[in-house]
Amino acid sequence: MTGPALSVRGLRAGFPDHPDVLAGIDLEVPRGGLVAVLGASGGGKTTLLRVVAGFHPAAAGTVELGGRPVAGPGLHVPPERRRIGLVPQEGALFPHLTVADNVGFGLSRRERRGSRVAEMLELVGLAGFEERRPGELSGGQQQRVAVARALAAAPELVLLDEPFSALDAGLRSEVRDQVREALRAAGASAVLVTHDQQEALGCADLVAVLRDGRMVQTGTPQQIYREPADLGVARFVGEAVVLPGSLRNGCARTPIGMVPVASANGSGADESGSVLLRPEQLRASADPHAAGSATVREIVFHGADTTVVVELGDGLRVRCRQPDVPDVRPGDPVAVTVHGQARWFPETR
Amino acid sequence: MPLVYLAVRAGGAGPERVLQILSGPRTLELAMRSIGLAAAVTAACVVIGTGAAWLVVRTDIPRPRVFAVLLALPLAVPSYVAGFTWIAEAPGLAGFWGAFGVLTAVNFPYVLLPVAAALRSADAATEEVARSLGYGPLRVLATVTWAHVRPAATAGGLLVALYVLSDFGAVSLMRFETFTLGIYTSYRGTFDRTPAAVLGCVLVALAALVTWGEARARGRSAHRTSSGAPRPPSPVRLGRWKPVAVAALLGVVAISVGVPVLSLVRWTATGTDLDLGALAAATLTTFEVAALGAALTTVLAVPVGVLAARYRTRTVALLEAGTYVGHALPGITVGLALVFLGVRLVPGMYQQLPLLLVGYAVLFLPLAVGSVRTAVAAAPPRLEEVSRSLGHGRVATLFRVTLPLAAPGIAAGAALAALTIAKELPATLMLRPTGADTLAVELWQHTSVSEYAAAAPYAAALVILAVVPTLLLQRITGRPA
Repeated sequence: MTGPALSVRGLRAGFPDHPDVLAGIDLEVPRGGLVAVLGASGGGKTTLLRVVAGFHPAAAGTVELGGRPVAGPGLHVPPERRRIGLVPQEGALFPHLTVADNVGFGLSRRERRGSRVAEMLELVGLAGFEERRPGELSGGQQQRVAVARALAAAPELVLLDEPFSALDAGLRSEVRDQVREALRAAGASAVLVTHDQQEALGCADLVAVLRDGRMVQTGTPQQIYREPADLGVARFVGEAVVLPGSLRNGCARTPIGMVPVASANGSGADESGSVLLRPEQLRASADPHAAGSATVREIVFHGADTTVVVELGDGLRVRCRQPDVPDVRPGDPVAVTVHGQARWFPETR
Repeated sequence: MPLVYLAVRAGGAGPERVLQILSGPRTLELAMRSIGLAAAVTAACVVIGTGAAWLVVRTDIPRPRVFAVLLALPLAVPSYVAGFTWIAEAPGLAGFWGAFGVLTAVNFPYVLLPVAAALRSADAATEEVARSLGYGPLRVLATVTWAHVRPAATAGGLLVALYVLSDFGAVSLMRFETFTLGIYTSYRGTFDRTPAAVLGCVLVALAALVTWGEARARGRSAHRTSSGAPRPPSPVRLGRWKPVAVAALLGVVAISVGVPVLSLVRWTATGTDLDLGALAAATLTTFEVAALGAALTTVLAVPVGVLAARYRTRTVALLEAGTYVGHALPGITVGLALVFLGVRLVPGMYQQLPLLLVGYAVLFLPLAVGSVRTAVAAAPPRLEEVSRSLGHGRVATLFRVTLPLAAPGIAAGAALAALTIAKELPATLMLRPTGADTLAVELWQHTSVSEYAAAAPYAAALVILAVVPTLLLQRITGRPA
């Protein structure tokens, strides 16, 4: 079969009292790709996942898996015939079955006797756990068994629903790396649904940002972070410093001075709008001449770097995240310098 | 179905006749007796059951586990066995107080078990917060703790009230004429069965009223709002009250379990002409009808329970409500209705095993549906979705995932049904196949001619048979949540 692993076009879905949970979604997952759908809770991520898996009807639009239509006008393929591997939150292993029976659940009787189950457990680094019960595994191990179970039947697409959110912060990144490794090794195509921007940016080949039932932006993690489509996306995917400004000839006049702006069309007239910077683009350094215009309010030491909160003359506060520990104290005057270019968002009515 | 027929049968005699029966002084007298007895027993059971549950779960009473088991045991003593032993030991007890004592002694575990479970699952934090806000221990008990157990106590109280209304054995032995006994005597005593049918309808109406009242009174049940694992509270120190508490619990156990057991042992020992063959036959019959009846009930309950837990549509809600009407159906009314129905529609079925089993299914479906629904609801639907995404259809998923997960709960429902069927008397009395007498029927026949010594072995066998599922149930419901 040809075509992308998943292709969603113009998808609408919802509930009787809330019809537009998904208000026209387009999403494409290339073969072997891992796409993260990032959105705040209540934004329709889970509904999207349930429509793709076949547990929720599509009101309009089409869903194709590997080029095969599974949902569309007058068409609804039941979940058991979609060849989807589902990895729900907290694993959802069958508590009455052993690890081996869990992994072999979607296989035929003959396949279950073969070496497939052992291969899958090896893939997720749990060889030898066959006879354990789910209750005897740690949260991370359960999650990996759930991935092995989803991969065993060689599904067209693996759906991961916030799979790491139930794990401890320390364990999360470790399990995340193991799962991504297993997905790569199996050559699986996958959709990861999450509200955690770190997870989406650090894990996926492509990130699709879902907001109020619409896809606001789709792109590589770098694009989403560096070139967000709007201030909402910018604030959602990372810490943002937003300053009011006016633009002329590719440079914005802001409370911290002139800031070079990327890919702005250099119109002659002043254009008012907002400037977006990331805290790591800003540096605060001691500057006695800046008295009255920029004052240190707070210094937070993180180990690898330091956050300096600076209050500007008009009460606006900006956060600078810098590798060095500047020799300043709260109340000292500082100068704020900008590294790299800012993003420009013209004022909207 | 049987109900409709009963109503038709009653109405068929003409409105004047129905009115005449309804307005007769006898009907009113029976109603007052039934209601009075139900109210008194329910109140006593709520007090004893809640108090005992609190003592066992929340205080430093010695050997709480042993008490927990002992206090559940009265469930294994059918009301008519308890009644029989009391009347055999002290014939002077017959009447209201005898019936009241017997029914309270055997029914209080229906309040105790759910209240104990609720107390176990209660979070200490809310009680501690109340204490820190200046509430004394007794005030906390009366406000916070009681609010937590009130739904459980009310539900248990409802069960008790329904059991008392539909009880036949104890009141007949205590010769305290209530509705059920009135129905039976008018059914047996005359060829005109209209009075029996009319009284049966009134009894159903009464039971339905109690169920409706409970649903109204329950209102919104309180749910735990905080997340995280609930922490068990530290036990209350009884101090110098400890001997009093122990004595009270021992007294309850002695009256509800000790008296019947000792009495049965004594009468069995004095019995001279023990017919072992008949005893074995009756035991076997009881076992057989209980197993078959429980199997049929459970098989019927699984689809209803699964639908009720998973698909909340109007039809399903109606279906479920329909089975709960059965909750309010006294055994004697179902028996009566099935007799009328059987004689009229399928004469060949009357006094045959299938009709008896249908009667049991009608009576005890609510019990089984309740436990199936709870068990299925506790199985996460996400697991079913995973199974479907792995290529198994709805039916395959039901058999491979849902039912195995719900198996313990379904088994508990089946055990409960088997226990109740083994103890059931009035419907069995009316519908049993000729010659196939269960332990309960044999016992009742002997006691009605005051052959206490001959009856005792049957009672003893019945209690022993009933102890097994009771202990099983106590283990399942008593497990800390």
